Amino acid sequence: MGIEQKLGNLGFVTTTLENAVNWSRTRAMWPLLSGLACCAIEMMVAQSADYDLSRFGMELMRASPRQSDLFIIAGRVTRKMAPVIRRLYDQMPDPKWVLAMGDCCSCGGIFNNYAIVPGVDEIIPVDVYVAGCPPRPEGLIHGIVTLHEKVKKEGIRYWYEKS
Amino acid sequence: MDLLEKVVERLQREFGEGVQPLEEFRGEIKASVDPSLIVPVCKFLHDEDDFSFNFLIALTCVDFWPQEPRFMVVYQLYSQKNKIILGLRAYLPGSDPRIATVESVYPNANWHEREVYDMFGVTFDGHSDLRRILMPQDWEGHPQRKDYPLGYEEVQFSFNFDEIDKRKKYARE
Repeated sequence: MGIEQKLGNLGFVTTTLENAVNWSRTRAMWPLLSGLACCAIEMMVAQSADYDLSRFGMELMRASPRQSDLFIIAGRVTRKMAPVIRRLYDQMPDPKWVLAMGDCCSCGGIFNNYAIVPGVDEIIPVDVYVAGCPPRPEGLIHGIVTLHEKVKKEGIRYWYEKS
Repeated sequence: MDLLEKVVERLQREFGEGVQPLEEFRGEIKASVDPSLIVPVCKFLHDEDDFSFNFLIALTCVDFWPQEPRFMVVYQLYSQKNKIILGLRAYLPGSDPRIATVESVYPNANWHEREVYDMFGVTFDGHSDLRRILMPQDWEGHPQRKDYPLGYEEVQFSFNFDEIDKRKKYARE
């Protein structure tokens, strides 16, 4: 974002630009269609009729990481699956966000053994953690709303540092 | 049950000392089989018309470390015609445990034997594709053995939060 470097903080112009960009990003954030374990069931339920995720702009989940913005890690991550998760995250284009859903991907959950990675934040950087085993669909929606709040606070300087 | 007892008697007549009944529990009989005889026994049970044990329900292993014989490979055979379950147990030593594969008799033993190899290190001679099935391909060690470490990490409570936080690795980008 060279405009910020050259002209400094333009005040009204940049804040409106930030608001516009953040508004459009939160209103149409497409998650990746991938779930690992039990939390994926709750994610499916949250996507379907009773707890609708379409009202947050997540009308569809894209199966391809190249077309998605949000990676919801739903379920426990094993050591065998860890490189796959990393590759999926690397394949997603900027801007991307990660939501760690449930206890197993936040901190290892009830597992403490050789096979489960204790927290997916050892592999990819996580923006929002949602607690629960599994979190209720309302819990996941709360996590998504928190993520939206976080995205709304992002500014031009943040985008510049991220790229 | 009567049919199961007849099966075991018939096996003892055919294979002599190699088959010994172990115990009977709630209608199911377990018999120990000499490891070298496992394929003839399974073939006999599979092909015989009266018994027709055509379904291998389970193939697992038990580790009795530090007791010898260390490994006990368990075969649960089911006859869909007669609706009876027979359990076969083969005792293997701790050093270099090998046993013949029953893949020729029961094709579904392919994955079960791969799992036993992955988790316990029991090698199946004659297996068509013996490689790890649950752990990553380059994993060292056999996790379900009794002398394998549990692999847990220290739990992060509030009193040791900062110390563990410094050591724990986080992905930054």
